[in-house]
Amino acid sequence: MYDFRTHRHSPLGRPGGRPSGNPARPLPRAAALATTLCLVLAALAFPAFAAEPRSGGTLVVAGGAGLRHLNPAVQSGAHAGLGVQLFAGLVRVDDGFRPRPYLAERWEISGDGLSYAFHLVPNARFHDGTPITSEDVAFSLAVVKRNHPFGMAMFDAVDRVDTPDPLTAVIRLARPHPALMQSLVPLLMPVIPRHVFGDGRDPKTHPMNAAPVGSGPFRFKEWVRGQHVILERNDDFFIEGRPLLDRIVVKFFNLPSVRMLALEKGEVDYYPFAGVRFRDVPRIADNPDLRVSTRGYEALGPLNYVEFNLREPPFDDLRVRRAVAYAIDQDFLVNTLHGGLPRPGYGPLHRSSPFHSDGLNRYPVDLDRARKLLDDAGYAPDAEGLRLRVVLDYPPFHVDSLATGANYIRAQLKKVGIAVDLRPAADFPSWAQRIGSWDYQFTMNSHWTYPDPVIGVHRIYLCGNIRKTVWSNTQGYCNERVDALLREAESTIDVPTRKALYAEFQRIVNRELPLYFINEEPYVTVSRRYVMDLPETVWGPMQPMDRVWLDR
Amino acid sequence: MQLAPILGRRLLGAAALILAVLVLNFVLIRLAPGDPALTIAGGMGGITEEILRDIRQAYGLDRPLHHQFALYLERMLSGDLGHSLFFNAPVIDLILDRLGPTVLLIMTAMAIALTLGTYLGVLASRKPGGFVTNLVTVLSLVGYSAPVFWTGIVLLLLFSATIPLFPLSGMYDVRADSAGLLLALDIAHHLALPAITLAIVFLAQYSRISRASMLDVLGAEYIRTARAKGLSDRAVLFRHALPNAILPVVTVAGLQFGNMLSGAVLVEVVFNWPGLGQLAFESILRRDHPTVLGILFFATVMVVAADLLTDIAYGIVDPRIRAGTSPP
Repeated sequence: MYDFRTHRHSPLGRPGGRPSGNPARPLPRAAALATTLCLVLAALAFPAFAAEPRSGGTLVVAGGAGLRHLNPAVQSGAHAGLGVQLFAGLVRVDDGFRPRPYLAERWEISGDGLSYAFHLVPNARFHDGTPITSEDVAFSLAVVKRNHPFGMAMFDAVDRVDTPDPLTAVIRLARPHPALMQSLVPLLMPVIPRHVFGDGRDPKTHPMNAAPVGSGPFRFKEWVRGQHVILERNDDFFIEGRPLLDRIVVKFFNLPSVRMLALEKGEVDYYPFAGVRFRDVPRIADNPDLRVSTRGYEALGPLNYVEFNLREPPFDDLRVRRAVAYAIDQDFLVNTLHGGLPRPGYGPLHRSSPFHSDGLNRYPVDLDRARKLLDDAGYAPDAEGLRLRVVLDYPPFHVDSLATGANYIRAQLKKVGIAVDLRPAADFPSWAQRIGSWDYQFTMNSHWTYPDPVIGVHRIYLCGNIRKTVWSNTQGYCNERVDALLREAESTIDVPTRKALYAEFQRIVNRELPLYFINEEPYVTVSRRYVMDLPETVWGPMQPMDRVWLDR
Repeated sequence: MQLAPILGRRLLGAAALILAVLVLNFVLIRLAPGDPALTIAGGMGGITEEILRDIRQAYGLDRPLHHQFALYLERMLSGDLGHSLFFNAPVIDLILDRLGPTVLLIMTAMAIALTLGTYLGVLASRKPGGFVTNLVTVLSLVGYSAPVFWTGIVLLLLFSATIPLFPLSGMYDVRADSAGLLLALDIAHHLALPAITLAIVFLAQYSRISRASMLDVLGAEYIRTARAKGLSDRAVLFRHALPNAILPVVTVAGLQFGNMLSGAVLVEVVFNWPGLGQLAFESILRRDHPTVLGILFFATVMVVAADLLTDIAYGIVDPRIRAGTSPP
């Protein structure tokens, strides 16, 4: 848990820790005792003091512009999260990444790990009243596999889906697939109606993507483009007594600052992925009406890094990449420039991943060593101390981490004789095209690692995934040993074995530095205090809000 | 001189201008770096080249540029502005959805700027060098020189966040579920700040122009005659001087329509006003070429139409033009 006043993380920051709110100032022991006594007496005197969840009310959520449609089966990214309220998945996961029943009330996995039989809840219906059957599950998986950006990573191992009866779907695998259960959450594999989307039209451009018939806790009511989306309670939801809210209104704002103002003013109640500067977080946390949290984004696992184009000098030389790493003072960057809100990152797996390794080389700042490495690489300084000149690109997102980081790196590399010209991108497509066409030297970058490395990490390192699209292996890294480790890890179920495979993978990447990791991007959630039981498990705002209620 | 031949010539010129703008826009938008297929595919993803290829094929993005242009022109001539790459909807529907709010914003801002600007100009012209004149001059300078998005954010902070007089953003309160007169009042409440923001820039210009024009006219002999006849100051100013002095204001207002439209883009982004400007902003960021082209086409038509209307209004306001005579 991050303490917004002291700017330090406590051990509770790991998934499963206590939810954070406004941190309390330490109280003297007597005052603490008196406060506890008062609270107990108050709770006894007023039973309503410990408020029970109650239904009703409208939750207004602040959203960013750019919603394309509402079908998460054929898109990824932050906007896909809205679809999670509309569509149910077979399972959902808790704050320890453990699968929990959702549309599937139970499941059995065969001994060889090649067959997963899911038993659907019997009373589940789509929003138009049609029963949800195993045929819909099979159809949805096929749509996701073919059309979702991660479809192949998630379901390439799926051979077929058998439907022995309307309430049983059996996923048959061609090989063991450790990421299967993590891929069946509503965000990644929403169960969509076959009778609506199976009419032969392209699911990516299907007109019903804009007004979908869903299976989740809320049903679609209205979408006024650029203004808002209104979802209403699904009274026929298959979980008794849920959802608690009457309506969810997602209000779109172009400017993050206006979004924050709207929250402070009470025009919106909940602001996930809050676009606030790291330095502003303590100020916001001081507002007694607001609750601030950095929990609930562990399944996304966003990592920020410097990506080197390994195809051409100077960054084809490991010594130059290491020189860059030794020139950067990560502690200063994270704790001083970013106020300690982000956590440093040293390797390709996010801290929240069960496969994350500690003990990687942290490349402590050592300017002499950096200079020596550049000497060895043949980049001797000229009369003015200049060794080489390079261009550093940076994208327009994660501004605090990436734009500030780029400016810091320029200043720091100058100390070892590397002149850096910064090239900020006007907008995302400009940057994405430059990186996607490999037309860069090095760039600030970031990607989501997702709940299993098979989904979000392998794509960045596999030799076969050197593609001309961003967030593939654009740096052109190819190591046969890494390929072998990742291939083995993607078809191994045994967790300790996978841990060992990923440990070696992390060591190699940490040594060879195709990417130099800077920090884990801390996404922030800000909400009004009366919004209760907001989803803070690993998928955070991208999981169903059926338990959310308003205490006012 | 008759108005009809002038109008005919103007209409022909307008059509040629629209075509030229169309070609220019089509080429320029494709010169911008960025692949629309990537934004269509969705956010933080590991999109495969196969899916990207499918998308490019589906939207005709894999065809040569001249083919795309020929197809576009053909569709345009049959009244089809194309299909949005990003929003997956006919461009004409997207534009018509957003046209109303933009027209409402621009017309309200224009009305505020014209009436208040002219009025302030007239007030300032009464006593050149006086307190009101200096105040109007200073306010005009500030309003004119401040970027419109900055003005918008300052007004938001002042009159929405600090003094909660107006709502922060949007066109109406979605929680209120109001209809009829209540909805109209709600929209007016939401419209106030964006319209004032947009009006401030132009108010400054109109007040300065009307002041200068009034000063010219007030020095004319017929005004002296009017005063000599014993007419009240008010009658001299508003009945005799203003009708002649307002001509340059009308001209500038017409010519400024394009500027107002571009100002509206920024105002709509700041206030989340659901108009064409906001749609343009979203579409440009996502390289949604058909939507951007459609909006630019509409904007061109609106500016050309405003230009034509200015000519007509000029004729109505100034009888000498209608009669084909030139001023002495």
